[in-house]
Amino acid sequence: MSWTRKLLRVDLAKGTCTSEPLNMEWAALYLGQRGLASKYLSEEVDPTCDPLGAENKLIMATGPLTGTMASTGGRYSVITKGPLTGAIACSNSGGFFGAELKFAGWDMIIFEGKSDKPVYLLIQDDHAELRDASHMWGKTAWETDDIIHATHQDPQMRVACIGRTAENGCLYAAVMNDKHRAAGRSGVGTVMASKHIKAVAVRGTQGIGNVDDAGAFMQATNDGKEVLAENAVTGQGLPAYGTQVLMNVINGIGGLPARNMRDVGFEGAENISAEAMAEPRKSDGKPNLTTNGACFGCTIACGRISTVDPTHFSVKDKPQYQGASGGLEYEAAWALGADTGVDDLDALTYVNFLCNEDGMDPISFGATVAAAMELFEDGVITTEHTGGVELTFGNAEAFVAITEQMCQGGAFADDLGLGSKRLTEKYGKPDLSMSVKGQEFPAYDPRGIQGIGLNYATSNRGACHLRGYTIASEVLGIPVKTEMNDTDGKPELVKAFQDATALVDSAGLCIFTTFAWGMDNIAPQIDAACEGDWSVENCLEAGERIWNMERLFNEAAGFTADDDKLPKRLLKEAIKDGPTKGQVNRLGEMLPKYYEIRGWTPDGKVTDETRQRLSL
Amino acid sequence: MNVNIELYASLMKYLPPGKHRFRREIRVDDGITLNQLIRQYHISDAEAHLVLVNGHFVNCGEPRDQRVLVEGDTVSIWPPVAGG
Ligand code: SF4
Repeated sequence: MSWTRKLLRVDLAKGTCTSEPLNMEWAALYLGQRGLASKYLSEEVDPTCDPLGAENKLIMATGPLTGTMASTGGRYSVITKGPLTGAIACSNSGGFFGAELKFAGWDMIIFEGKSDKPVYLLIQDDHAELRDASHMWGKTAWETDDIIHATHQDPQMRVACIGRTAENGCLYAAVMNDKHRAAGRSGVGTVMASKHIKAVAVRGTQGIGNVDDAGAFMQATNDGKEVLAENAVTGQGLPAYGTQVLMNVINGIGGLPARNMRDVGFEGAENISAEAMAEPRKSDGKPNLTTNGACFGCTIACGRISTVDPTHFSVKDKPQYQGASGGLEYEAAWALGADTGVDDLDALTYVNFLCNEDGMDPISFGATVAAAMELFEDGVITTEHTGGVELTFGNAEAFVAITEQMCQGGAFADDLGLGSKRLTEKYGKPDLSMSVKGQEFPAYDPRGIQGIGLNYATSNRGACHLRGYTIASEVLGIPVKTEMNDTDGKPELVKAFQDATALVDSAGLCIFTTFAWGMDNIAPQIDAACEGDWSVENCLEAGERIWNMERLFNEAAGFTADDDKLPKRLLKEAIKDGPTKGQVNRLGEMLPKYYEIRGWTPDGKVTDETRQRLSL
Repeated sequence: MNVNIELYASLMKYLPPGKHRFRREIRVDDGITLNQLIRQYHISDAEAHLVLVNGHFVNCGEPRDQRVLVEGDTVSIWPPVAGG
C-alpha cells in the first residue's frame, strides 16, 4: 500500500498531537497528497471561511510514492484555503522534507485552530509535540532551520518553516523546506504564520514498508528510471541547463511577457538565460551556475545551485551571500527579471536568495513589483511611497533595495505584500494587475500561446502553469506539437493536462517526469505500490475527480464563471511586435467548449451528472 | 549571402569560432534550404528538435526541405528541452 495509513492531527489551541487512521475509502478515490488532502479540506473546512482565521486548516501531505524508490518520489504538498486568492490552494515542493515525514510514519499532518504563541512541531517517528518557538519568531527561514538543527543536533532532521515575510502578512509567503525548496504559491506560508506555526521539524527512521507488490514495484520504478535516463529532456537537458533553458526559447517564439506584460519579448532575456548562467564571468572566471542538484530520490536533478559574483554591488559587502545557494529557475528568472525589465543576472540571483531566505513566492513577488513599477512610471506611486527608491522598470539597484525592504518589513513592504490585485486596487488602477483569481501569472504570455490562457483562466488556484502545462505541447512539442495560436482542440488539451497533473501531484511524484513519462509509465508504479486498481483509466478518472472537487470547493467559496477570466490587457491589447505581433488571447472561443467537455453547465457549474459519474 | 544562426543549449558546441554566446553570422550559398544548413552543421534530426526561422516554427521533414533561406534570416535551433 505504501500509505502509512496514519495522519497526525495537531490542535493548536489545545496544544495536542493525535494520531488518527487515514481514511482509506477516500484514499481509494483521491490517492494522496493534493487529492486526498483536498478531500480532507473540503470535508472539514467551510469554504467561505477567512483564510487567515482559526477555522481554516493547513495540511501537509505526502503521496503514496513519497519516500519510495520511485524516481522523484520525494514530494509533499501544503493544502489550505489560500489568502491570496480565497480559493483552494495546493503548493507542491521537493527537497527532502516530504520523504522524511513519511519515514517518520505519517501520510499527512492536519493543523487546526490557532496557537496563541509561536510554536514549532517536532516529530521524531511516532512521537510528536508542539514546542515553544518564541525565540525563532522574527527570524528568517534560513536562521530558523539553523536554530532547529543546533537545538536538536541531528543533521538528518528536515525542516519546513516560514520566514519574516509570512509573519509580516505578505499574502504570497511560502513554506520553505530544506532551505531552498518552496511550497511557493498562493500564500500557504501566510496561513502557517496566521496559526503561529514557525516550523515543522521531522526525523524519521522507519523507512517505507507496506509496498503492495514489492517485485512489481521494483520492476515498474526501474522501467520508469530507464525511460527518464534515455529521454533527451529528462536525461540531458534538465540536468545540464535546468528549467532556465526556456528563457531563450520562449523569448524566441514571441511568448515572453515583459514589464508587467506591457510588452512581449525582452531584449535582455539572453543575459539572464541558462546559457548566460553557464558563462565564466570576468571577476573570478567562475560561472553563475555552480552545479545542479536533486530532490530526494530524483534521477533528473534539474535544480540550480548558483553563486553571485562576489564583486557585484548586491553582495560585495555581504560575505554571507557570496557562497553557493539555490539559484534561478525559469519562472523566478522571468518574474524577477523580464517582468521587472531587469537583466542583471547577479542581481536576480541575489534577489532569488532573499526570496528563499525569507520565504516568498518569487513569481508573485516579481509580478507585484512589476505592477508597482508600472504604477511608479505612471506617477501613481512615488518615492514617498517607496522610501526614496526610484522604482522604474529595468533598475537593478532599485529592485535589490526594494527586496531588502520587503524582507525587513515596513510601509511599502506592506503594500507589496498585498499582491498585485489588491495593490493596484488600492491605487485605483485594477487593470494593471496581471493575475487570475488574484494570483499572478507565470512566464508564458497567453496572447501568443492560446491554450495556456485557457489553463490560467480555469486553474483552481489562480493563474498557474503547473495546473496544466500545455506549453509542453504548444511550444515544446511534447508529446506532440500543437499550433500555438490555434484555439481548436485546446479545451481538450487543457483538460487532459489538468487531469493528468492532478493525479501526478497526488502520487508523490514530480511533474517534470511527465516530459518523458506518460500515464502508462506512471500508473504501473502507483498500481504496484498501492492496493486497489490503479490502471491508466482509473488514474485519469481520479485526476478528473480531484479537479472537480477543487472546483466545487471554489464554487462553495463563492467563485463563479466570472472568475474564469484574463486581464483586459491580454484580451484587448495586441502584441506590438515580434513573431506573435497582432495577437490577443481568444479565451471566449475556448471557454464554452471547455465547460462542455468538463460536464459543467454553460455558466461553469459542475452538474449533478458529473458529480455522480465521478463519485463526488 | 549572410544569415544568422543561433544554436542553443547543448548545440552551442557546433558553432564555429567567432560566435557571440550562441549566435553567429555566417556566409551561405544563395538558395540554401533550412535542412541543408542543419546538415552542414552535422546536427541530427533528433537534435534539431525546435527550429525557428525569424521566430516562427518550421516543422521537421518536408517543411524544412522546402524552406529556402534568404539574406538576413535568423535560424534558431534547440535540442529537446523543457522546463516550467
Ligand atoms: S526534476 Fe527537479 S524539481 Fe523535480 S524532483 Fe527532480 S530535482 Fe526536484
